[in-house]
Amino acid sequence: MNRATSGGDTAIPEGTWEELVTTALLGTDRRAPAHVPPGRTAPAALLDAAAVATVRRRAGLRPGRAARRPERAPADPRPPLPAPAARRLTTLLADRSGGAGGGRRGSAPDLIELLPQWLAAANAHGYAAPPQSLPALLDAARGRTDLRPAALAFAGPRALWLARLNPDWRFALRAAPGGGAALPDTEDAEGVRRLWQEGLFAERAALLGALRARTPARGRELLASTWGTERAEDRLMFLDSLRTGLSDADEPFLEQALGDRSRNVRATAADLLSALPGSALAARMAVRATACVALDRTGDAPAIVVEAPLECDADMERDGVVATPPAGRGERSWWLGQLVESAPLGTWPRRLGGRTPEEIVALPVTDGWQGELHAAWCRAAVRQRDAAWSRALLGSPSAPEAGGPGAVSLAERAKLLAALEPGERAAWVAGFIATHGLSEAFQLLGVCAVPWAPPLGRAVVDALDIAREAGSYPWSFSGVMGLAERCLDPAEATRLETLLAVPDEPEDAAPGAGGYWAEAFQRLVTTLRLRAEMTRELVPPAGPREEGAQPPDAAG
Amino acid sequence: MTEQGVRWTAEQVLALAPDAASRRAGSKLGVAGPWSGTGSGEGTVWGLCKGSGSRPYQTVVDLAGASGPGFKCSCPSRKFPCKHALGLLLLWAGDEDAVPAGERPPDWAGQWLAGRRGREDAKKTGTEGGSAGGPADPEAARRRAERRAERVTAGATELEQRLADLLRGGLAAAEQAGYGWWDETAARMVDAQAPGLAARVRELGAVPASGAGWPARLLEECALLHLLDQGWLRRTRLPDALAATVRSRIGLPATPDGPPLRDRWLVLAQYDVVDPKLTTRRIWLHGAASGQTRQLLSYGAAGRGPELSLPVGLALEAELTTYPGGGRARAALGERFAAPAPAAFRPPGTTTAEAAARYGEALRDDPWLESVPVTLDRVIPVPDGDRWQLADADTDTALPLTGPARSRPGLWRLVALSGGAPVTVFGECGHRGFTPLTAWPEGAGEAVPLC
Repeated sequence: MNRATSGGDTAIPEGTWEELVTTALLGTDRRAPAHVPPGRTAPAALLDAAAVATVRRRAGLRPGRAARRPERAPADPRPPLPAPAARRLTTLLADRSGGAGGGRRGSAPDLIELLPQWLAAANAHGYAAPPQSLPALLDAARGRTDLRPAALAFAGPRALWLARLNPDWRFALRAAPGGGAALPDTEDAEGVRRLWQEGLFAERAALLGALRARTPARGRELLASTWGTERAEDRLMFLDSLRTGLSDADEPFLEQALGDRSRNVRATAADLLSALPGSALAARMAVRATACVALDRTGDAPAIVVEAPLECDADMERDGVVATPPAGRGERSWWLGQLVESAPLGTWPRRLGGRTPEEIVALPVTDGWQGELHAAWCRAAVRQRDAAWSRALLGSPSAPEAGGPGAVSLAERAKLLAALEPGERAAWVAGFIATHGLSEAFQLLGVCAVPWAPPLGRAVVDALDIAREAGSYPWSFSGVMGLAERCLDPAEATRLETLLAVPDEPEDAAPGAGGYWAEAFQRLVTTLRLRAEMTRELVPPAGPREEGAQPPDAAG
Repeated sequence: MTEQGVRWTAEQVLALAPDAASRRAGSKLGVAGPWSGTGSGEGTVWGLCKGSGSRPYQTVVDLAGASGPGFKCSCPSRKFPCKHALGLLLLWAGDEDAVPAGERPPDWAGQWLAGRRGREDAKKTGTEGGSAGGPADPEAARRRAERRAERVTAGATELEQRLADLLRGGLAAAEQAGYGWWDETAARMVDAQAPGLAARVRELGAVPASGAGWPARLLEECALLHLLDQGWLRRTRLPDALAATVRSRIGLPATPDGPPLRDRWLVLAQYDVVDPKLTTRRIWLHGAASGQTRQLLSYGAAGRGPELSLPVGLALEAELTTYPGGGRARAALGERFAAPAPAAFRPPGTTTAEAAARYGEALRDDPWLESVPVTLDRVIPVPDGDRWQLADADTDTALPLTGPARSRPGLWRLVALSGGAPVTVFGECGHRGFTPLTAWPEGAGEAVPLC
């Protein structure tokens, strides 16, 4: 606030107060106050005068001048949260930064673990965040990068406005598409051209990403317009953004990029082209791959015979084949793997006697090439998102080798599963768990759709029940337990009631395990109920039914 | 009491928590899972919470009692309220099905409740009887008061002497002397039974280390201390109200003596000032009909939250009695006629210029006043370099925010709520600037606590 500068005889001349302070600093022994009334000592006179000056100054305070006001935050047109959902958000955010510490988790749910799901549901309904929750939301997103996309989408335009005022939240400007500088409307050709010409790298990357998401061709044309002048690192990043909306129309541009000066750019172009089974590159790779893999009919039963390439020629290198293998791998098998993974999978039934993928995978492979060949097919199935081949390569979930270290690792299985429809994926993982238990299942569960389909949920709960009866401690399964809390269908809660009792302890069981299991299941049930409640709170209340839409007694 | 519309919001429940850990723990228990046998009725909420032991904890909360929410839980926690009570209230606030209304409390809850309400009645009749009959031995009480006044006078005289010595030698020398001199002086004032003087002296000790401009601040505070000493030494020549203000600033006990004012009191703000020995809770209330703003103080010993807790945004029908002394708005909570319930009204607001003027006028009745409660209408939080201010939306004037207000998370809730648009803000306005405590958005919307 400002000291009053006017006010006639009540105002103290500025000099007097400064004089009083100087006198007080030096001491009245060294410097006498200007005015000492009769009967007062010098210090008392100084304090009298200072008291009057202090109270006068405080009484005369006035507001100061306003600084430049910030621009208004952009309007958020989304509807506000229903009141119960807003209360829930408050409690979820109150749990943040809390209790991550070790030790037993008790029977209460981890609220912060439910925040991602809550945010996804709120975003799906298109609700706006309550403005006063934005600081807590931004703090939560700051601490957990995995939360950022959903939290920032929910937080909306006001959060970016806020982030420009507080350096702690700068990350929001980087993470949000377009960051600080708003992206031009993608229909605004002039604005797009100018930002592409003059923008910072992050802004240009965001612009290209936005264009690819809406009109892939325009994104590609924009990139092609300046391709020759971009730096190699930038070319690599820009090229990679063509993954979004990739189609056969991109092939000519990618073919051209195969001749790029940068090896990494060439490899990325080849990678993208091989994901287009109709591309010329895929056809060239098919020719090379089929030259190496043939059906051998000389034996009693048909088998696959493999003759790996003898050299990696310049054309192969131009098509993205990396000539030098990593340490410990043979050159020829390294080249073979790259050819097979880049060849369209549609090639193989024609090449191998019209067999289906299942029949091909079942064929014996001579001379120990099976591992190499199947692994390459796995990579191809993932890259080309081929459900039939993924299914064939996954095989039966109850097959013995599905549980152990086979030709196809768990990580590869998880990727193959992603190519299947959610229902089929869930059924496969359920079958796997029924045969092999939970210890290997974590990675596979991670790719299943949430909430888990009923057969999968039942398989997980049954397996947990079996683990409990086997007498081990629940924290050996805390990973799966945590996943179950977040992914199990809340409708399963009632089926879990029987697991809540503390069972009699079998002799060989770990001490106290029964109680801990009851507690873990209690937490599971509580969390499921809470999730059901959360979902219910986010659903808008049904509008008033139209009167007369269903006449109560009309039919008589 | 009807249950309709009296359930609190989660914010209001969480405001009861004594600390951040309790907020978290309480939030985790605000779900149906661990609870059984829950119910609410007659202003009470109860339930059984499954803990780690075999017997569930019995938790009861009395929301309607005359002395503020009361909590009872069979858990061993020393936090008050404990996480179970908080969780139960959250559950009750959020889910009508989980805590059904209109039930009769079970025996274990009913017994505690009957005991509590019985004690309250006894206290009420007890104090009424006491005030009617006066102290047991008025002569002895008068002698005690005289003896204390003599000691305070001796203390004030000694303090005047010490201040005079200080200024004779100069404040520059005092800076080098360090904290010890102030500490010793404060101890002397404690001996003199003048806790108000002791607290001021102790605060003075920190001024020399408070950065640029400290000599002016130290002189201001020394001068106000001197003014208080002088006020005490000449109290018989002061107007009654000012003499009462001096007595209360010195720290002499006072009893509320104004006529009781019955009103519907909106809870504007509640915050705690924590020091190692004592937690002081300050609650600002605004009367719907009277337009008066009053402050309640309640205390908790170290580590315990003060018992009185009134969440922001609720209003309670009650009588308040003010303490003697002009300028200050301290009051005591008397009889309560209905439990706190959500209220939609807001205090009437004013401008930054009027707020500063109000502080100035209040100094006439109490020159030691640090700030006055004010509601600002249509103000916009504005960054001003490293500082922040609240600017009038319609004029060119602004109040700076106080230092503590600028560093609290509440500042960001205020800025987020505003989004550059005008908001209504209640807070304390004084010579150090404005401390925002509660805000309301433009248009309709609930009160948002900032502290």
